[in-house]
Amino acid sequence: MEAQFLIAGFGGQGVLLIGQLLAKAAMHDGMNVSWMPSYGPEMRGGEANCAVVISDEPIGSPLVTEIPFAVIMNKPSMIKFTPAMEKGGIMLYNSSLIDITPDRDDIIAIPVDCNAIAEETGNARTANMVMLGAIIEKTKVISIDSAMEALKATFGPKKEHLLPVNRVAMEKGAEAVR
Amino acid sequence: MGQKMLMKGNEAIAEAAIQAGCRFFFGYPITPQNQIPEYMSKRLPKIEGGCFLQAESEVAAINMVYGAAGAGARVMTSSSSPGISLKQEGISYIVGAELPCVIVNMVRGGPGLGSIQPAQSDYYQSTRGGGHGDYRMLVLAPASVQEAVELTQKAFDLADKYRNPMLVMGDGLIGQMMEPVEMPDYQKDPELPEKTWAATGWKPGCGRDRAIINSLYIDPAVLEKHVNHLYEKYAAMEANECRWQEEMTEDADYVIVAYGTTARIARSAMRKLREEGIRAGLIRPITLWPFPAAPIARAAEHAKSFLTVEMSMGQMVDDVKLAVEGKKPVHFFGRTGGIVPTVREIITEVENLAKEGK
Repeated sequence: MEAQFLIAGFGGQGVLLIGQLLAKAAMHDGMNVSWMPSYGPEMRGGEANCAVVISDEPIGSPLVTEIPFAVIMNKPSMIKFTPAMEKGGIMLYNSSLIDITPDRDDIIAIPVDCNAIAEETGNARTANMVMLGAIIEKTKVISIDSAMEALKATFGPKKEHLLPVNRVAMEKGAEAVR
Repeated sequence: MGQKMLMKGNEAIAEAAIQAGCRFFFGYPITPQNQIPEYMSKRLPKIEGGCFLQAESEVAAINMVYGAAGAGARVMTSSSSPGISLKQEGISYIVGAELPCVIVNMVRGGPGLGSIQPAQSDYYQSTRGGGHGDYRMLVLAPASVQEAVELTQKAFDLADKYRNPMLVMGDGLIGQMMEPVEMPDYQKDPELPEKTWAATGWKPGCGRDRAIINSLYIDPAVLEKHVNHLYEKYAAMEANECRWQEEMTEDADYVIVAYGTTARIARSAMRKLREEGIRAGLIRPITLWPFPAAPIARAAEHAKSFLTVEMSMGQMVDDVKLAVEGKKPVHFFGRTGGIVPTVREIITEVENLAKEGK
């Protein structure tokens, strides 16, 4: 079993965190994982992305060049990564901010209304957790419980009070693509 | 072993160094290794006797390393390619003065300022000493974050054992990537001798001679003797410290030789090639100097040919050819400038060799 993800969006949308939670949760589930961020002359508000590989074998390349599963949080990222999709690949995209669809008919594009769903939870900043819920529902590579464990470890005691709303966001994200 | 944590290569190396007793870090920022000084700047001031200092330049930083090493401290610096070039003068002095230290190079594309993306184009510089004079550095090339941790800690022991700088050579990918890490319970090699040579403050009647830290030998006869002594240490390193990993080489027709990041990608390619029925194998040098010539020479007895894969225009390929001694063809595939080869590209290279019977 090997799952590869490319997760992209604006800096500040929490795309690196989505990737870290996926990797951390899968690590605690006993899988081999790697998380590789784009790094470079990036600017605030600019594009950010990370590649996550989860496997029961040792991981070779931590980079994802032919994307089987893309998570796209903003429009420039959709334009940038659509050509790199593997044939038959799945793309989850944030339809709250993206008013186009990918110009490929050989991939499966699934809209997730992340920001609108996040607002329903009462915390608009949970849009990335809505998307994580959708990823979990579509791939089953980790469970919401293990994602919550990873989030708890990432938040630490200071932000523990934010855990319930993040769980709601994940569950609503899962529901949206069920 | 402790609990499994998801850590960036750079941060894991910094923590591993601290746990191995590194209390002094001097550096100057450069991508893609900045998380090492950043981590050190947070942790070292909170540790008794710990000192982090951002120097005014790479040249200053390596000379601070020289000073701390001369006083017997466990000390480290880190940089990336252009910064490592700037440190070469100091590294040569540290070798000349026979002092231990650990240097980390998270290699980026070159020459010049190049790019900030992963590369392996500092192989020549790393394995041929780098600076002026007759000398070597032992070069450790991790292929995972876990291995980066283990080799960094090993490097401190080896530096003290041989009184010579040790180079941990990663690349932007090893530095920036997060992987699961278990921090080992570090135990210092109990056989390491006391640092009686360290300049820790001489007083009359303190029971030892003055410690003199020096790399200047005006008399050629004395310098020749000194260099011969250095080369006795290098012979001991060659005999005792050469490390590598080999996989499926016993029956391999095509042996891929690759290190660090490239080796893990080549491993995936090798396994896919096996599924296709092409007998591929992999030799992964862990020490780039001393170079693991022995397993390559052994494989040359039965393999059809070798493919060296690097993130450079082909630098290690020279060492592979020396090890093969002309017995079999040695081919090369590389990407450079900050481009990381893909599994598919390596598979295609080997498939073509097999098709053409090369």
